[in-house]
Amino acid sequence: MSIEKNEEFRPKIVAFCCNWCSYAGADLAGSSRLTYPADVKIIRVPCSCRVNPMFILRAFEKGADGVIMCGCHPGDCHYSTGNYYARRRMTLLFSMLDFIGVENGRTRVEWVSAAEGVKFSATMNEFVEKIYSLGKNVRLEDLRCRS
Amino acid sequence: MQKLIDRIRELLADGTVARVLGWRTGDLPYNPEPAYFECEEELQDFVYNGFCGANLSKYMIEASRLEGKTLVCLKPCDTYSFNQLLKEHRVDREKAYIIGVGCKGKLDIEKIKKQGIKGIESISGAEIEEAAESLTIQTIYGEKTCAYKDAMLERCHVCKGKEHQIYDELIGDSSDTTDADRFAQVRRIEAMSPQEKFAFFQNELSKCIRCNACRNVCPACSCRKCVFDSTKFDSSQKANADSFEEKMFHIIRAFHVAGRCTDCGECSRVCPQGIPLHLFNRKFIKDINELYGEYQAGEDITADTPLTHFTFGDAEPSIVGERG
Ligand code: SF4
Ligand code: SF4
Ligand code: SF4
Repeated sequence: MSIEKNEEFRPKIVAFCCNWCSYAGADLAGSSRLTYPADVKIIRVPCSCRVNPMFILRAFEKGADGVIMCGCHPGDCHYSTGNYYARRRMTLLFSMLDFIGVENGRTRVEWVSAAEGVKFSATMNEFVEKIYSLGKNVRLEDLRCRS
Repeated sequence: MQKLIDRIRELLADGTVARVLGWRTGDLPYNPEPAYFECEEELQDFVYNGFCGANLSKYMIEASRLEGKTLVCLKPCDTYSFNQLLKEHRVDREKAYIIGVGCKGKLDIEKIKKQGIKGIESISGAEIEEAAESLTIQTIYGEKTCAYKDAMLERCHVCKGKEHQIYDELIGDSSDTTDADRFAQVRRIEAMSPQEKFAFFQNELSKCIRCNACRNVCPACSCRKCVFDSTKFDSSQKANADSFEEKMFHIIRAFHVAGRCTDCGECSRVCPQGIPLHLFNRKFIKDINELYGEYQAGEDITADTPLTHFTFGDAEPSIVGERG
């Protein structure tokens, strides 16, 4: 008799949210009682510019199926320009991941302000949907980190 | 080469320079190595031939801290690296006396061996006095020949040109070797499906033994403390344990030099496993060119570097998926 388990796939999503806009946006989504899937794990960073390429790779290594970075809208950065640098960096990194064959839909950047609780919840719902359709991340994971 | 050596002797003798950074004959006919020369006698081993692919600009970081001037021989492509180091304040222009040496394309011994030429005893045609069309190779199995072009390093087929970007004087002639498009292979990979791309890189990167040679040789990798040496970094100082670590190392290595890599080709030249590291570098260069405007690291040292500048209208990261 086999002990095959037919568990349903539940994606793990890591969301890097900047302290000043997107994290507050997530808060607002909560206090406005808007829902988004519990599969999204938020990591608060001081600024989107704090996210270095290693953070994204590490998240995948530890078993994330999708990684999204949220920051203040361009022009609204608390530190004036952080998100502009982050934008270039993430563009190049995502392009590189695409180049080596990691499905492009697994990475995303979205600008969410502190007033955009609705956008936060909608973005997360959409992103989780996308990851459901892509399935488990097998191209960028460290098997030793899978439980 | 005689002219070069004579001039070096002169500069060393009259005290203009305290030492010379050049290439010394190796123990085999095809492996000259970077070396310092401090006196007349040592110069006997000085060599400059088709196998002197090594880029000496990185050694100038160290030489900039030494007493007196260092004479350094730089090929056209090496001068981009020197310029980039100058821009990053890693080398001292005042401490360098740059002789821009001519270049007719450098040779890749692996390409010769791939043609089945083994047991090499001597090679003629690699001296760069007159442009040789072919190499005559004496082996223990007899004489073999090989077209010079077929033995050239990959980077010389896509050479950025024979104009030295920085020098104090120029010695020797160059000839045009460019006969391929630098981004052709990147484009070919971009057109593949995710599965194919993944399989291609899996195959290449699984060969990596993490010898760190690509990092050590790279003039852009000039940090005094490197992330790959940190004990907190889980794949430091050891072979890659799995495919994730292979990819991580290569993505991070290339990312750390993005916007600063001059495409000097040293990383691909030294990789003992023949991994085409230039593909990663050129992917970044191509993206930077397309998204943020043409940029050649090491060309104009006053230009804005792509990753430390931005414009308000920069493309959003979603462009990666949109351009297909
Ligand atoms: S890239 Fe150009 S300058 Fe550099 S070694 Fe090759 S041919 Fe010479
Ligand atoms: S030189 Fe080659 S084998 Fe060595 S670490 Fe770099 S890619 Fe890996
Ligand atoms: S990454 Fe390679 S091509 Fe670029 S500067 Fe370093 S050694 Fe040269």
